[in-house]
Parts: sequence; C-alpha cells; structure tokens
Amino acid sequence: MALSNVLEPAGSGFNFENSTRNIVLENGSEEGKIKAPKPMKTGTTIAGVVYKDGVVLGADTRATSEEVVADKMCAKIHYIAPNIYCCGAGTAADTEKTTDMLSSNLTIFSMNSGRNPRVVMAVNILQDMLFRYRGMIGAHLILGGVDCTGSHLYTVGPYGSMDKVPYLAMGSGKLPAMGILEDRFKGNMDLEEAKALVSDAIHAGIMSDLGSGNNIDLCVITKEGVDYIRPHRESIYNYKRQAKYKYKPGTTPVLNKTVNQLELVHETVQMMETAGSS
Amino acid sequence: MLQLCLTVHTFFNLAVITFFYFSRKSASFYTSIMAVEFEGGVVIGADSRTTTGAYIANRVTDKLTPIHERIFCCRSGSAADTQAIADAVTYQLGFHSIELDEAPLVQTAASLFREMCYRYREELMAGIIVAGWDPRRGGQVYTVPVGGMMTRQPVSVGGSGSSYIYGYVDSNYRAGMSKEECLKFTAEALTLAMERDGSSGGVVRLAVVSEQGVERQVILGNQLPKFSTV
Repeated sequence: MALSNVLEPAGSGFNFENSTRNIVLENGSEEGKIKAPKPMKTGTTIAGVVYKDGVVLGADTRATSEEVVADKMCAKIHYIAPNIYCCGAGTAADTEKTTDMLSSNLTIFSMNSGRNPRVVMAVNILQDMLFRYRGMIGAHLILGGVDCTGSHLYTVGPYGSMDKVPYLAMGSGKLPAMGILEDRFKGNMDLEEAKALVSDAIHAGIMSDLGSGNNIDLCVITKEGVDYIRPHRESIYNYKRQAKYKYKPGTTPVLNKTVNQLELVHETVQMMETAGSS
Repeated sequence: MLQLCLTVHTFFNLAVITFFYFSRKSASFYTSIMAVEFEGGVVIGADSRTTTGAYIANRVTDKLTPIHERIFCCRSGSAADTQAIADAVTYQLGFHSIELDEAPLVQTAASLFREMCYRYREELMAGIIVAGWDPRRGGQVYTVPVGGMMTRQPVSVGGSGSSYIYGYVDSNYRAGMSKEECLKFTAEALTLAMERDGSSGGVVRLAVVSEQGVERQVILGNQLPKFSTV
C-alpha cells in the first residue's frame, strides 16, 4: 500500500528492539537491577469543538513528572499543517515526536503535489503508524482542521483506533471536560460561544484533575487561517518570583587567567553539489 | 541471536496478551451486532458504543463499515484492529473488483476477512460479520468470529451483547421474512441486547443492502422499541 511516509519507509513487521533491550536490562544481574525511568506524562486536559466556521482546539499547559510540575507553560497544541493542528495527551515525548513526524510527512506531500493536506490524510498516516506499534507509542491525539471538504475533528488512540465526532475531550481531565461539553454543545455555534465552551471545558478539567493546570491555550482554525491564542486564560495563581537569582560579577573570585590566541593556519572552501545548482 | 530475539518476541507477545486480558485500556467494541438475509438483500444492525475501560469513548460510533458499494461489515472486538482490517480488506477488494471489472462477491470479501483474521489470530481481536448483496447469489451473511472461522448463516449475531439474544433470535426468526419484518426483528433484538449488556448502548444503526443500493437509518435512544420493565 502506498503511503506518504517518505522520510521513514514502513518496515515489515514490528520493531521491538528497545522492548527486548528493556526486558534484558530489568531482569539483568542480581545486584544491578535497573528500573526503567518513568516517562514524563502530560496529565492533560485537551478538548476540541466543531463550530459554524471551523474548529476550536483547547489545552491546558501543565506537564507533570510524577508529582512535580515539570513545565508550567507546555505547548500541547502542535502544528501539523497550515490548516491542521493537533492536541496531544499521554506520554509527552511520544506526542511531540509523532506530531513532528506527521508534520514533516505532510509538508513533503504538499511540496510534491502542490495541494494543502486534508485532515483525513493526517488521520490515516497516524492510524497506520500507531497500529503498527501496537500501543507502545502512548499518544492520545485530537486532530482538528479545515480543508476543502469542510471542518473536521478526529481522535486517534494509541492502539490506532479513530473516531470522527463534533466535540471531544481527552487526557486525564477528560471526564469533567466532557461533562461541560455534553451539557452545552450545540451544532453550528458561533465563534465566541465555541471559544467560551472549550475554555470552560478545559477549566473544568484544570479544577478537577491534579494532572492538569496553569494556563489555557486555544487554537481557532478556519478557512481563512489560524488564530493561536497562547495563553487564552492565565492561571490566577501565577505568582511573580520573590527575589532575583542573578549573581553579581565578582561573587566567585578569579584565581588566574590565561588567554590562548588560536592562529588561523589554513582555510579551504569546498562547493557542495546541489540539485538546484547549474 | 535471531532465535533469542524470536523467543523474547513471542514471550513479549504472550505477556502483552495476558496483560491485555486484565488491564488493557484500548478502545473496544464489546458490542451487539446483527445481520439478517431476506429475499433481495440483507439487513444489518449495530449498537453505537465504544469503551476504553469503563469510559464510553464514543457514544455514537458507526460500526457498519462499507467495504464496497453493496458489501458491508459489522465490527466487534478491538476498535483499532477492526478498523485496520477493514481498511486493508477495502483496499484488496477494490483492487480485485477493478481487475475483474465487475462487482465483487460477498463470499470474496468474507474470504479476505477470514484470511487476515486467521493468519494473525494471535495478534488480533476481531469478530466481524460480512453482509451484502451480489448479482450472483443475492443477499448473503457470513460470520467471521474471533479465531478466523468463516461460515454462511441466514441470521447472525455477534459481540458481547449477542449472548443475551440467542434465545430471542432462535425463537423469532422465520425464513422468508420481508424487508420491513427484518428491520423490526433486528431493531428489537439489538434493543434487548443493549438493555442487558453494559458494553452495548447508545443508538441502533440499521442499514438495508440490496440491488437498489444502501438505505441507512438511525433509531435514537428514546425511539427504541419498548419492552416490559420488570
């Protein structure tokens, strides 16, 4: 089956090299039992809604590493194409890399064919890749975009399942967010209503889930373009640092100083052969 | 070294499968699906619930997937597995149909499903009912349950909710029912399954596939047939 996976051609079968290595490491020598480090999860609330003129995506901005907040201004709405954005929940590294790879593949497709990519293309590429890895890539994604066929909102799960729905919430805070969406979603909302709905859904997730918090980012995608509002609503608990943590020059005493002048001995220029040069 | 890799791989596979039975949280269609043959076509139906663990990920799922113009499949089991299999078979059947320059047989579609479900039976969890109409044999229903068996039946039920309606289906099915009778029969059977099975629910999606084409309908939750509540 032809895929637009031009950067990395799909190999046959599953590549479990790292899993076998991990098993060998964990069950290794008695003294040196190495525990695999816990991957950083985003512990997230993400949501998306289709409205009259396009799609509104929203996300919180907290990234947790077990009980510590690792990043207070994490960007969870990733760029895929000029008309497609993707919110990612699950393992932070997996969502980053998966969306990067998807974005690169779609850019190459755009250059090859001269068309804007469609949202279904992004969904199909993601499905193929995540199914091949059988759930080992912990990426729960919400894809939203506007293309020549209309506005679409899809979710792709880590095992490769896909759903097309008009409103959606994912992540650890999805239960409270879904409650708000189920209560207030209507078809064909206008922009302000849709933004308020998504923002309130994320806010519910932030209030009721420990893994979500800090600010709310919104991304509005329409036929005309994209409005990435970061942050849309700031946390009221944003406190300013109490003191400056800069050290005055001279705090650390300098014992001695030597200066080595590097002498330029020889310089060569080598022209690279590029496809465009004549 | 290769043998070591293979044994570790199969061990890992077994570990994944045992782990799966206890705590895998993939999206699943523990569902209720059904298909009935009648003179001139088939009636297929499904509920609309997809669960990840105890959370309903999608309450309006469409489990009736078109494979070709007049061939559908009803999907149950793992959402990811059945979507991937359906995509692969749609491609293969489309290619085959273009080569032959005629409409494919329902039996061909069912064989393609069976081939894939049997070959990868250890890795997949997919229970599929293939139903459609072709000019040679009319309306046909083939069931391809978990494990990769294929058999033709005049009426077939599948999914976790099917266990509750075998008695109803066996006692109420008559050969030679008309299209409207089949639609009513399917809607009532699926409603009963959804009443009793926690993994099935939402709306009932029905489709009639015949020589004239495909007619789809949805019965919303408050319009489902009512049975006595005891």
